[in-house]
Amino acid sequence: MARLRIPGRTVRSRWAFAYLTLAPVVAIYLYLRIIPISQTFVMSFFEWNLIARRRPFIGLENYANLLRDQAFITALTNTTIIAFGIVALSVPGALFVANLLARPRRLSALYETAFFLPVVTSMVPATLAWKWILDAKLGPMNQLIGWFGVPPQAWLIRPELAIFSVILLSSWKVLGYNMIIFLVGMRNIPAMFYEAAEIDGASPVQRFRYITLPLIRPILLFVSVITVIQSYNVYTQVYVLASDAQGAPGHVVRVLVYDMIENGFRFFRMGYASAEAMVLLAIVLVLTAIQFGALRDQR
Amino acid sequence: MRRRAPWWQQVGEETILLIGAVLMVMPFAWMVSTALKSPAEILQWPPSFVPENPSLANFAFVFDRAPFARWLLNSLILAVSSTLAILATSALAGYVLAKFTFPGRVPLFVVILATAIVPFEVYMIPLYLTSRDLGLINTMPGVILPFVVMSFGIFFVRQNVLASIPDELIEAGRIDGASESWIFLHVVMPLLAGPLSALGIFAFMQAWNQFVWPLLVANSKNLYTAEVGLALFQTGYTVDFGAVSAGSVISVLPILIVFLALRRRIIDGVALSGLKG
Repeated sequence: MARLRIPGRTVRSRWAFAYLTLAPVVAIYLYLRIIPISQTFVMSFFEWNLIARRRPFIGLENYANLLRDQAFITALTNTTIIAFGIVALSVPGALFVANLLARPRRLSALYETAFFLPVVTSMVPATLAWKWILDAKLGPMNQLIGWFGVPPQAWLIRPELAIFSVILLSSWKVLGYNMIIFLVGMRNIPAMFYEAAEIDGASPVQRFRYITLPLIRPILLFVSVITVIQSYNVYTQVYVLASDAQGAPGHVVRVLVYDMIENGFRFFRMGYASAEAMVLLAIVLVLTAIQFGALRDQR
Repeated sequence: MRRRAPWWQQVGEETILLIGAVLMVMPFAWMVSTALKSPAEILQWPPSFVPENPSLANFAFVFDRAPFARWLLNSLILAVSSTLAILATSALAGYVLAKFTFPGRVPLFVVILATAIVPFEVYMIPLYLTSRDLGLINTMPGVILPFVVMSFGIFFVRQNVLASIPDELIEAGRIDGASESWIFLHVVMPLLAGPLSALGIFAFMQAWNQFVWPLLVANSKNLYTAEVGLALFQTGYTVDFGAVSAGSVISVLPILIVFLALRRRIIDGVALSGLKG
């Protein structure tokens, strides 16, 4: 009986292999993920200034101060508007294009490539391209709206328009990704549903409304939540769009990560910045919980 | 068989798709067009779409005024190092988590997946402090540091091992007296070539596109990546659209070439896995 309890030699040698190969991976995860995440949590309760010697525990004071911090409130509001704005533009857009591409076309590959191109493009050059397009003096965007009789706009200078610009370019960038995910779902819908609908004389709009949409609802939710989560990290676009010759970015559109980096690396208030990071984490966790909850409901 | 849509509907759909595709590609076209224009033509209103006298002067200017070649090399070093590290860690951990039962396996897998939910920006500050303590700020290893593991990579390899490598194959190796590491290298790895090459493409693109961390860690000009260099270049030299567009074209080109060459593979990879490009 004792032999059953003590693992045999072969089993032990397999364990040894498993532990030896996993050890470096575990060490990396500990050092680069788990410990830093815990440190953010801990630091958020301290007045942790990079250049101060004393770093006293202050409980929830950082969080309380955040609620009174106008810059933070603005950043959180802007980020939320941007995140949901990106969903509002890119999800219906992607759904529309995917619906057109769901059935095979001669030029399918070409369309897919064109819509997916922005997804793989890195953010800095993509934003720079948009920066010229939206330039108030020389950009083709103002030329385009001029053809419709709209006067030129200061896209990157007026705060509401700057936020809209960030939403527009981010939606352009993410649309292709969302489209591909929708396409997978739509191509999995059995053709007989559509055949039956056609026999009943359903119009294309009706087919979309009563067959496609209900069947891809889980994917629709997945894509929307993923898009919101990803968009809460918005930073690069704002950094590049709003930076001017004086090198003072982020004054037009202040976002969460920008505010965090400013507090942490310009004012060295790293405890305070950590509290902001925890707010970002809380938002992401709530959205993820919604995601999982909805997935469970479907089962 | 589905009936064909009436001709007017087909024409309408194709037109919409074509306009959409052109709009998506327009920013790239505008970027290339601006890069080829002379300074005088850039300041012209209304803007011309096709350059009147296309020239490569802006490209020469970029390499002349900024260490652009160095920045591209740094991006390449970052992307290649990150890709190799992610492939190694993902292959090992993914295989072991799929085929070995040992105490602590499930919690370990759960922790690896759970950290994937946490955005990088959340733990960036402590990671910065750790890098500082290790003396890695303003060094290439410091730039690479956070990008040596990818939770999705481990998950992805594990799924592939479960789906495509039967236990019997590994058992057969063991019965023949092969060591565990021999089996991994000579039996498992060849069978993972496809999934690993897909993962490699994603890891490469992900690393090439990094911005926030290199911006924080690389302080001297010679250590900038193409992304960081480009973003700071445009603030340093005021509105020189031509030069900045030329820089953008150069930094976007490597990724676009990879994408166009491996288009089917990348799009299918995203479609299958839901992986963010």
